[in-house]
Parts: sequence; C-alpha cells; structure tokens
Amino acid sequence: MTIKPPVSDFATDWDHTDPQWVNDPYPIWEDLRTRCPVAHTDRYGGAWFPATHAGVSAVANDTEHFTSRTVVLGNGRPMEDALPAPIGVAPPITSDPPFHQIARRLILPAFAPGPINALEPMIRQLCNDLLDRVVGRGVINGGSDYAQFIPPAVIKRMLGFPEADEDLFREFVHIVLEGIDLPVEERIEQFAPIEEYFRIQIEDHQAHPRNDLTTFLLNAEILGEKLSIEHVFGTMVLILVAGIDTTWSALGASLWHLAKNPDDLARLVNEPDLMPFAIEEFLRFYAPVTMARLVKEDMEYLGCPMKQDDWILLGFPAANRDPEVFERADEFIIDRRENRHLAFGLGIHRCAGSNLARLELRVAIEEFIRRYPRFTLADPAQVTWAQGQVRGPRSLPLRVA
Amino acid sequence: MKVFIDAQRCQGHGRCFSLAPSVFGFDDLGNGHVLGDGVVEGESLALARLAEANCPEHAISIGES
Repeated sequence: MTIKPPVSDFATDWDHTDPQWVNDPYPIWEDLRTRCPVAHTDRYGGAWFPATHAGVSAVANDTEHFTSRTVVLGNGRPMEDALPAPIGVAPPITSDPPFHQIARRLILPAFAPGPINALEPMIRQLCNDLLDRVVGRGVINGGSDYAQFIPPAVIKRMLGFPEADEDLFREFVHIVLEGIDLPVEERIEQFAPIEEYFRIQIEDHQAHPRNDLTTFLLNAEILGEKLSIEHVFGTMVLILVAGIDTTWSALGASLWHLAKNPDDLARLVNEPDLMPFAIEEFLRFYAPVTMARLVKEDMEYLGCPMKQDDWILLGFPAANRDPEVFERADEFIIDRRENRHLAFGLGIHRCAGSNLARLELRVAIEEFIRRYPRFTLADPAQVTWAQGQVRGPRSLPLRVA
Repeated sequence: MKVFIDAQRCQGHGRCFSLAPSVFGFDDLGNGHVLGDGVVEGESLALARLAEANCPEHAISIGES
C-alpha cells in the first residue's frame, strides 16, 4: 500500500480510501452537503464528489458530458489496450450510448424477476447450510462465516464456474475494487491471474457448452455477429465483480444494524410483513456502492471547472441521506413507506443485478433472524469495513447465544 | 383514476411490481408495465400510489381515467 498524506480537508482534498471515510463517511458527506456541495481532490489525477441527491442525479443521467468508460476510480485512466468507448472493458457498465443499450439488453433477461426468483430455494438452502456449519457457537462472524459466501455461490452457479473457486473470486473482487491505491503498472500485473482464470473458463465452455451465462454470452450475437471475446470476458468479469461484494456488503451492513438495534430486530422478527420496507431501508441507509464516471471534455458543471478525464464519484449512499429528498434522512426507519433510494443507481446504468441482490438480501436476512431472533455485536471494535467503492463490514463478530 | 408508466423513464428498478403486483407486471427485461387497462380505485389506487412514491425514476403517474 502506498503511503499517502492524510486528508487535510475533505472539501478540497477528499480521498475515499482515507480511514475516516472508510470507517464512517456519513458525517463527512453531511458536512460536504452543506459546505460545497461538490467536493474536489487532486488525488487520482483529479476527481469530484457531488454530495447531494441533485448533483448525483444530474451526473448519473447525463451521458452527454460523462463517460462510463471506466467506473472504478484509480490512479490511472483506462488502459490503452482496453476496448474503447462506447464499449469499454466490462460492457454494459463501462459502455456509453448507443452501444450500452444493446449490450445491456443482452444480459437483462438473465437477471429479470422470472429467472432470478427461481433461485430462491437454492439460496435458502445455501443460507441454511452456512448456518448449520456454525451451529452451537456463541459468536459467529456475520461477514466471514455468512455474508461473504452467499453471493459468490450464486454467481458461480450463474456463470457455470467450478466448485471451490469461490475464495479465488473474493480475491479477484478485492484486487479489482480495493487495489486502487497501487501504481498503474502493479495494478496491471495484479490483473494477469484474473485474465488467465477467465480465459480458462471461456475455453472450457467453448469446448463443453452448457446451460449457463458463459455459454449464453459465447453464443450471443449483436447484429448477426458473435460478441468479441473481449466483450464476453468483460461482461463475465463485470458479473463476477458486481455480483459479489456488493450484496455481501449490503447483507453485512443489515446484520450490523440489527445487531445494534434490538428494537428493529424484534420488529422484523415479529412483523414479517415489514420485510419489503426494511430491505429498501437497509439499501437506502447502508447503500454500499459508489460508481465513477469520467468527464468527457473541459466544462463548467454544477458550478465546477471540470477538466477532461477528471473523475466524478457518484455517491449514491450520500444522495440517499440528503434531507432535501428524504424525510428524517439521517434516521433508519424500518417501516419507511416512501423510499426512492438510489442504492442501485439511477438512469441507464441501474444495477442489472438488483433483483438478484434483493432476493439474496431478503432470504439471507430471513434465514438468519429465523435461526437467531436475538443477536448483538460481540465486539464493536472488531468490526472492519471494506475500503473503496463498495462499502460494507468484512469482519462482523455477532453474539448469537 | 388511471395509472401510467413512462417507458422512457423506467429503468427496471422493479419497485412497482414488487409493491403492487396486482397493478404492475414486468417484461422479459424486467421493466415494469401497467396490467390491464390501468384503471385503479380503492385498494389498487392505494397500491399504485405506493408504487409511484417509490419509483426512483419518477416513471409512474396517476391521473384521471
């Protein structure tokens, strides 16, 4: 890890890997909302952070002035050997219009409610198997014993990857999302084993086609032409990376909340009809994901002098706590009835996996509280949070007995 | 009253058909649409209003039928 100077002022020198931001970003965002409301930093080659719902919405809906060419903020800019805009390295999340819609329509049916809801029994079984493994223990880790295993198992099945590779997936996700402080050369080096792993999976599926997303992508056509291998590879990486620590983080944060708030836990146990509203409030209050864009050309925007290739970090979690849009925005209200949160983004890049994420979150919480209707934080000091653009507790010791 | 979904605004968040499955359905991309003629009253109007209040894209509107 590179040693960086501590942040002097988040308004002019913000860094989303700063320990203060990683551990508790909400007071920082609240301060920025009233003071800026668009913060700037010279770090990462120049980046902006709109802290209001209005600012985040404006950028998320503006594909004319911003490109999604890369969405993970880092020290470099898109590598020269990457697929150029409008396709980008991991379509469709890195794609711009008009190609974006074509690439997105290709994968949306696999993540539509029908096929996703069919996964419910498998996910429920998986959750119970995980809880069976730790039965009898007084303290279990909501992150490393439970939440971290659920999304990779589902994604593995959807992509048709071998058993026992899930630890590897988590390592890949860590590299892609948390290795952002590294110099560009080192980061390219880190990506090599990921590329190799996917190359082997693609070759295996070419030789042995089967009923999964990898084979689907290999057979898929756009305007009568098969997808390039780079496109297939990019979409597979996207599904793996976007499908794992996002939901793992949302689930961990939800368990963390319930451990600290026995009244909310009791209500959820006793009033199962609350679940749909509780899920959305977990997603609003603890939205794990922020996404980046790049400025296309020098311009004045939201009152800021933006330069070409400056980053914009879309703080959906910050927008979700903007009092301009949400009543009692800084309070968790488990039965909040009106909740237009942006946890899955806004506009054409709405998280394609949101139906899957909600299903995993709901089933995993249901099974956990069914098994443990009362649990608390075993040791608040042991709770650690992931840094970068996906935020959630990684270690979460819970006292269950 | 009658409920509408603006297909240009809908991005498939899925809030409408989750909250009000008697009023909204979804297509094979997961985008929402209004079931039947969209006329809502009583309970179905209340559900349509709930969906409207939860659509992040403001794609749902309710007007005179």
